[in-house]
Amino acid sequence: MRQPSPAPSAGLSTSAALELHSVVKEYPGEPPVRALDDVSLRIDHGELVAVIGPSGSGKSTLLNVMGTLDRPTSGVVAVDGIDTATRSEKEVAGVRARKIGFVFQQFFLLPGMSAVENVSNGLLYQAVPPKERRRRSIEALKRVGLGHRLDHPPNHLSGGERQRVAVARALVHRPAFVLADEPTGNLDSKSTDAVMNLISDLHREGTTIVVITHDAAIAASLPRQLAVHDGTIVADSAGDGRQEGGPR
Amino acid sequence: MTATRAAAPITSRLRTADIFRVGASGPRARKTRTALSALGVSIGIAALVGVLGLSESSKSALLDEIASLGTNLLTIEAGAGFGGGDSALPEDALATVERVPTVTDASAVWAVDANVYRNEFIPEGETGSIQVVASDEGLLDTLNGELADGVFLDMGTSSYPNAVVGSVAAERLGIDGLDRPTYVFIGDDYVEVIGVLEEFPLAADLDRAVIIGKEAAVKFYDADERPAVLYSRVVDGSIDETRDILPATADPENPEEVSVSRPSDALEAQAAADDALTTLFLGLGAVALLVGGIGIANVMVIAVIERRGEIGLRRALGATRAHIRRQFLTEAVILSVLGGIGGVAIGVTATYVYATSQDWRVIVPQEAAIGGFIGAIAIGAIAGLYPASRAARLAPTEALRT
Repeated sequence: MRQPSPAPSAGLSTSAALELHSVVKEYPGEPPVRALDDVSLRIDHGELVAVIGPSGSGKSTLLNVMGTLDRPTSGVVAVDGIDTATRSEKEVAGVRARKIGFVFQQFFLLPGMSAVENVSNGLLYQAVPPKERRRRSIEALKRVGLGHRLDHPPNHLSGGERQRVAVARALVHRPAFVLADEPTGNLDSKSTDAVMNLISDLHREGTTIVVITHDAAIAASLPRQLAVHDGTIVADSAGDGRQEGGPR
Repeated sequence: MTATRAAAPITSRLRTADIFRVGASGPRARKTRTALSALGVSIGIAALVGVLGLSESSKSALLDEIASLGTNLLTIEAGAGFGGGDSALPEDALATVERVPTVTDASAVWAVDANVYRNEFIPEGETGSIQVVASDEGLLDTLNGELADGVFLDMGTSSYPNAVVGSVAAERLGIDGLDRPTYVFIGDDYVEVIGVLEEFPLAADLDRAVIIGKEAAVKFYDADERPAVLYSRVVDGSIDETRDILPATADPENPEEVSVSRPSDALEAQAAADDALTTLFLGLGAVALLVGGIGIANVMVIAVIERRGEIGLRRALGATRAHIRRQFLTEAVILSVLGGIGGVAIGVTATYVYATSQDWRVIVPQEAAIGGFIGAIAIGAIAGLYPASRAARLAPTEALRT
């Protein structure tokens, strides 16, 4: 069910959903720990990509850098054509608010808020008026099949339902891409299937999704896999032509 | 290599109304904790408002009373000077004082050398510290006094063995009403009680006295005809001048032995003085408020630790550090404002209930209510500063790690 890949970028005008170029991330220490070592990759609009790697491979650091939660030591991170290196904290936060949707293993739904309110938090930091937030959140919840659970608080929902609320929250602002960090890590097998099916459906409808996982079976079920090891991308199923730096 | 977009506004923005909404989301989701942490501030504010309200209400009650008693009463007594114990004013002192143009009214009280008992069987030593005095018929009017029961002495009754008892004296003599003929034992005779007085705030001595008529005192108890005390009402504007000339008027031979006092001065001073107890309670209220503020700071620090995930999530959703700081600061202020509202309500209610039960006018000083409220906001803002800045400093990657 893979979408046809857009033509390989020559690095010119077409902006990718996400583009990393020669990204290095070092953590201070003696000697410094290099968590990402010259990583380059490009994810185009409409792709569904798995980032796979064992723990300690630099996968989490890669997630943080791709999500602009952490700045790289050097290199370029461009989200939907916006180079974040030159942007202020407020602007990078704005990039997250508008361009990136996050789905976490722990769901991170806020207690005491209904499903709709939780989803509408996805529109909070780009100053969307409350009425529109609610309308778009209801729409997003319907899209993930929770139209009948709008006013339920998280503790009245099953694990699978909670993660679907979180997916709706990641979609509600129509981001350039969704970053899903072990989205099925806290779910039983039935809910895992449901959430993965939802991700495939969203991908078919055109949503760009990056799934970070250590689960080889899940990664294998997705159209493209990026394998991370020791801070570099060691394999890209899309082939060398897709990756600017190339595996070492 | 990376196409740079035309600079569309991409800064993260939070609507002003949403700052409040986001700040309220925490307290809303944890109602019990919210109530408990607001309670500390409530107690402090309630104590401050209540104490100020009660002291103002009682003060105003006292001032009302003083106003109704009149502040133009001057008391003239002999015996301020040398050998004060036994001295008295000249026999004609009342007449000369009454002739002063600025004196509108005057009455005299004479000492009577006798003791009063419930009946003849009470041992002689047990006088109950009640004095027997004599007065003219105008005393009640001069003092603006009131009767609890019966009548005061008049032209007829003051020549015969009739007595009017002061409020404290009545209690000590076991008199609680004059429904039946009531007698007390003065000297060697039973004397009929024809009246019971209310309290005399301006002449407290008379509360502990049994008053008989001047003629009867002279006739039956051989009383000294020189008055012991004169009470005079003075024209309001001339109190000070009159006060200056009264000693020489009352006793031209020994003016230095005459003292003139204005009893309302003492009551006014009492009203003006801040009760030590009030100050103590205000201090306690301030301490409670401080402890309440520390409580809020404490709860907020715990909230920041507990809600790392929420902080990380909000940063991922596009919140800036400033947004996070504002959220937790707002939350602290909301807690303390809730406490402030509760505290003002409790304080006002307490003042209302107690003042009403004491028949005082209910006065809640506006400064206390508004000050309490502003104090609560300030406490919350200060208490929230440190936790909010801690929350803002938390890196999103660290906050999201669990």
